[in-house]
Amino acid sequence: MGNVSINKLDISYDTTFILNQLDLSIEDGEFVVLLGPSGCGKSTLLNAIGGLIDTTGGSIYFDGNDVTWADPKDRGIGMVFQSYALYPTMSVEKNMSFGLRIAGVDKETIARKVDWAAKLLQLEPLLKRKPASLSGGQRQRVAIGRALVRDAGIYLFDEPLSNLDAKLRTELRLEIKKLHQKLKSTMIYVTHDQIEALTLADRIAVMKDGVIQQLDTPYNIYNKPDNLFVATFLGSPSMNCLEGTLYSNGGKVTFFSADMLLDVSDYQFMKEPDDGQHVTMGIRPEHIQTLEADKEDANLVSGVIELVEPMGSETLIWTRFTSQQTLSHSVSSELVFAKGERVNVKIEPSKCSFFDTETGFRI
Amino acid sequence: MLSILSPTNSKLASKRGSSLQMQWGRIGIYGFLLVTALFFLLPLYVMLVTSFKGLDEIRLSSIFAMPQEFSWDYWKIAWSSACTGLECSGLKVGFWNSVKILIPSVIISVMFGAINGYALSFWKIKGANILFACLLLGAFIPYQVFIYPLIRVYAEIGIYGTLTGVVVSHVIFGMPIMTLLFRNYYSTLPLELFNAARIDGAGFFKVFFVIMLPMSTPIIIVAVIMQVTNIWNDFLIGLVFAGSDNLPMTVQLNNIVNTTTGERAYNVNMAATILTSLVPLIIYVASGRWFVRGIASGAVKG
Repeated sequence: MGNVSINKLDISYDTTFILNQLDLSIEDGEFVVLLGPSGCGKSTLLNAIGGLIDTTGGSIYFDGNDVTWADPKDRGIGMVFQSYALYPTMSVEKNMSFGLRIAGVDKETIARKVDWAAKLLQLEPLLKRKPASLSGGQRQRVAIGRALVRDAGIYLFDEPLSNLDAKLRTELRLEIKKLHQKLKSTMIYVTHDQIEALTLADRIAVMKDGVIQQLDTPYNIYNKPDNLFVATFLGSPSMNCLEGTLYSNGGKVTFFSADMLLDVSDYQFMKEPDDGQHVTMGIRPEHIQTLEADKEDANLVSGVIELVEPMGSETLIWTRFTSQQTLSHSVSSELVFAKGERVNVKIEPSKCSFFDTETGFRI
Repeated sequence: MLSILSPTNSKLASKRGSSLQMQWGRIGIYGFLLVTALFFLLPLYVMLVTSFKGLDEIRLSSIFAMPQEFSWDYWKIAWSSACTGLECSGLKVGFWNSVKILIPSVIISVMFGAINGYALSFWKIKGANILFACLLLGAFIPYQVFIYPLIRVYAEIGIYGTLTGVVVSHVIFGMPIMTLLFRNYYSTLPLELFNAARIDGAGFFKVFFVIMLPMSTPIIIVAVIMQVTNIWNDFLIGLVFAGSDNLPMTVQLNNIVNTTTGERAYNVNMAATILTSLVPLIIYVASGRWFVRGIASGAVKG
């Protein structure tokens, strides 16, 4: 149990479409993260899966059953909210058992399940406490526990870590990942934090304006983005984008931008590029290799350092390679560079991404 | 919190140099407050002293003078034997009538207001806002407009001049303000709380009674205080709809005070008036703290 399939889902308020003809299918036991900027419709999609908002069109299936108009309680889901949404007047124990008590489950089963979830999330000493006397991290663990107790096939997380401080967020992220490995249930997780998405997901759905831009593994999302939006949305420091022209000459492809010329024949084009096609080259800072001063190489580019940003584990350097643009590239923090120094770098074409400038799609 | 209670604190600190000027300001403020308090307390004082004086004494001495012969008799008369028209059994009948009207009216109208407010904030249907606007509009139409139509409707369904009739009227007239009160309170609660309860399988009433109502104590207190004082002080609805068997205390007080025959018993009138206003007075004094707290408390943090 636990596979989700969404067909041509429409959700609109008045005349504005929040989601438009959205398709998504999630396998049993998969951890899918919906990632996107605020207002992209990711929470709306999650609420639609949870049955908390009405759909305008399309359908949602759980394990082949149409649940488009089913009540939230009949969908077999557990949900964790950003603001925890614990019942303030009930103790932790009562919070966790609320759903089961409503369903009329017998007391022994309730006690067993609450104990199990409490043990799993280290909540045992807190069972008698009220939510008001818990810290943020504890509250969110209780909220996760409440979802787990329901024994659902599908768990929904709506930005569960956004209200926590950075340290707690990392800890709880790890706990959620462990939880998924232990329970092997389907989990759908909404976040705008790319690190959460990359660390947790089996697959990430990057969303923008109510449309899924790319649904793929974290590796592919990061390294082979389908379009410019995905390319620039992920990665911190973000990807360098360089506009230019591709020249194709008998299997040899060159990229030309301002006064920079690169042989990009090694790049795996999805189809043969047109000669003179306007493209945008994307290259991540960590994929620009800094060379020693006297070394010669085929795709060597040389520039003058304009800015040095130490970031702890590495140093980000902004270097002017063409008359029009600076590119950022990262080097080990142990190497010392200074503003005004000349630096040679190598750009590996196979690690770049090329996008059609007009459509923004990967080529 | 402290700075809210004494907004002048920070100003005072910065003006420490001109302490003489500040003291004169202080004296002015307290002087004004004293005069205002006296102005409002004076009638109450006159009523109290008059209610303990004999009629001769009232006629002869100043109205501010303390009673020479202190006597509870006029309070007893007001309570149990003053004449309201033909009957001479005092205010106590009216008191119990008022209690009979008050208790169901307050409970039902607060309950309805809470459910309405809850439904309007969480179970948003199309046109919910228009519905709410219409309900609010009702609060601005004067009672008098409704009286004749309501009399006809009540006569038709047979509740005119009964306890039911007057209770129903109080519930109807209290509905807009009660709904507004609860809607505004519930709209400060997070929607996620409601969603969580729905996923846990709670229905309309389960969410209301198990989740929302236990969180509503401050606003319920405010609502009860408002309704108790409104309904207790009501004259018009009681007079028109209650029928002669259920006339509330305010109407009976009017009948005692406005008897046109015989000598005017000022002492009894004063005692009766104080007796009638005692219930709202006690409510205010006992729950003033709660009232402020209820009004001031916005969101309940989870």
